[in-house]
Amino acid sequence: MSEIVIKTEHLTRKLFGEVPVTLVEDAGLEIRRGEFVVITGPSGSGKSSLLYLLGLLDTPTSGTLWINGENVSAHSEDKLAELRLAALGFVFQFHFLLPEFSALENVMLPMKRLGCSSDEQIRARAASLLTDLGLEEQQHKLPRQLSGGQSQRVAIARALANDPLLILADEPTGNLDSVSSENVENILKDLAHRHNRAVAVVTHETRFASAADSVINIVDGRIQV
Amino acid sequence: MRLLASIAIKHLLARKRQSLVSLGGIVLGVAFFLTISSLMQGSQKDFIRRLIDNMPHIFVTDTYRNPSLQPVERIYGGKGAIDLRSVKPVTETRGIRGYGQVVDYLRSIPGVEASPVLAGQGVLSFAGRDTAVSLDGMIPEDIQDVVTIQDYMVSGSISDLIVNPNGIVLGEELIRTFSLERGDNVTVTAPTGQVRTFKILGVFRTGRSDYDLNHGFVSLKRMQALMDRPRRANTIIVKLPNPYRARAIAADLESRIGYKSISWQESSEDLMTTLAIRNIIMYSVVSAVLIVAAFGIYNVISTVVMEKHRDIAILKSMGFLARDIQRIFVIQGLVLGILGSLLGLPLGSALMYALMQIEFKPPGSTQTIVMPLDWGWLQFAIASGFALSAALVAALLPARKGSRVQPVDILRGGV
Repeated sequence: MSEIVIKTEHLTRKLFGEVPVTLVEDAGLEIRRGEFVVITGPSGSGKSSLLYLLGLLDTPTSGTLWINGENVSAHSEDKLAELRLAALGFVFQFHFLLPEFSALENVMLPMKRLGCSSDEQIRARAASLLTDLGLEEQQHKLPRQLSGGQSQRVAIARALANDPLLILADEPTGNLDSVSSENVENILKDLAHRHNRAVAVVTHETRFASAADSVINIVDGRIQV
Repeated sequence: MRLLASIAIKHLLARKRQSLVSLGGIVLGVAFFLTISSLMQGSQKDFIRRLIDNMPHIFVTDTYRNPSLQPVERIYGGKGAIDLRSVKPVTETRGIRGYGQVVDYLRSIPGVEASPVLAGQGVLSFAGRDTAVSLDGMIPEDIQDVVTIQDYMVSGSISDLIVNPNGIVLGEELIRTFSLERGDNVTVTAPTGQVRTFKILGVFRTGRSDYDLNHGFVSLKRMQALMDRPRRANTIIVKLPNPYRARAIAADLESRIGYKSISWQESSEDLMTTLAIRNIIMYSVVSAVLIVAAFGIYNVISTVVMEKHRDIAILKSMGFLARDIQRIFVIQGLVLGILGSLLGLPLGSALMYALMQIEFKPPGSTQTIVMPLDWGWLQFAIASGFALSAALVAALLPARKGSRVQPVDILRGGV
């Protein structure tokens, strides 16, 4: 059995305002290396909120979260940022590429921030990732010169830049046409099954669920068993 | 840091027009700051230079800052059984005792020049007319090292008093008023009743009419005889190689010899205070120009921060720290500040050069005046330092705001 990349127990996120809202309640899950997990549920059910908690972008109100066996619940903001940089990769519904940087530079950004390789190595790896995703010709183009599908593939390349343990995707095909959607879906599945990474995808699309190793269905912030 | 700098520069380049406008503000701010502060400092230095050149750097007078205690007070300190009243000090000839030794000591300090003077009042008479004059009895060989009177001689020389110790040097205004000529003899009557006849050997014109009307120079020996104060001088005039050390040297001298020693700074304290206040006003006004320019930087970086909320969220989700985000925007401010200084300083220098070309005659003056500008590095350093500080502060506020952006708040919003 492959190793657990991320694990949660009783993970809860509440917003305390005039009207308190529970985004995620008592979530317990495990995602293993090489596993392709799909998180589904109706709109407003807490899918994205759960993904943000798993991605260390949001802090749980209670519960425990382990990444690669390390309890990260009490980590400082800086430590969490370092973990995000080294161990996690994000793909969002919109590509969110930095508009002033070329596709290649966008992919190089996380590697440069990590600072573990030379400039030449970083450039070569970024170029290789883009080539693997069929974007060899688009390397030096700015995001505004790319199509939606190409931009999303650049975003995937950026998410893969630091060779993360876990890739988290929030509606990655929400803005794409059917051909690009299928392309992105195949890439994410490949990352899990062929490249042995843990991949968690929040989606409405049933096609994803049918290809998933496991499906987490969430309703009103609670994982349905 | 290189990565953060490249992001910062890309942000600025993406908003070329806004960045150029705010850069222009800083450039103009630095240029005006430099020009005005250099003009004000230049005029201040020119004023002080004239002050220093035309007056002794230290006066040693024959008085004491704190009168010395009477022996009875010194010994008993007012605690005796008998109260002595109306104790009068012993009458003695006023003046600096052993002035020669003091002068020798002062001259032993490298570069220091000193000359004793016995100043006093007298009545000058010629052809039945009298006028009160202030006379300086001095050693002609030495006096030229400490005062600039030789520069103002219109006829004859102070050195002529060496050849003829019975000579006198008078101001042009007095010569004109009394219809005197060089070579005439005048009579001077001292308060002691002594009367001497002096031959006019030289005439000076300082441009200060009261000085030119009421002042005269004679040799020290003759003055001592006239005032009946043998072996006395009542002032020692000191000139220093570095006039700005006058205060410290005067204090040291006073502690050694006891006589009150007044530096030029002390005697011109009111002027120095006025200059300091003028500087405060000047720097406040020119700083306002840069503060306004800093608002431009604040504006452009605030706009960038607002527009870049989404990018900030993405960078943070990638693993950039809050302080990385802050640095990106601070770098933007610093880039504008540095560029503003680099372009503003040459522009300011050009303005200064243009001002230097202006020559004019103030009403009533015979001299052509040029703008006194200070080209010292300190002006350049203050202008660029202030610009950088203003840019840094202006950038810091929006940068802190940017660093506090929570990625999840932006990502939940969609865009």
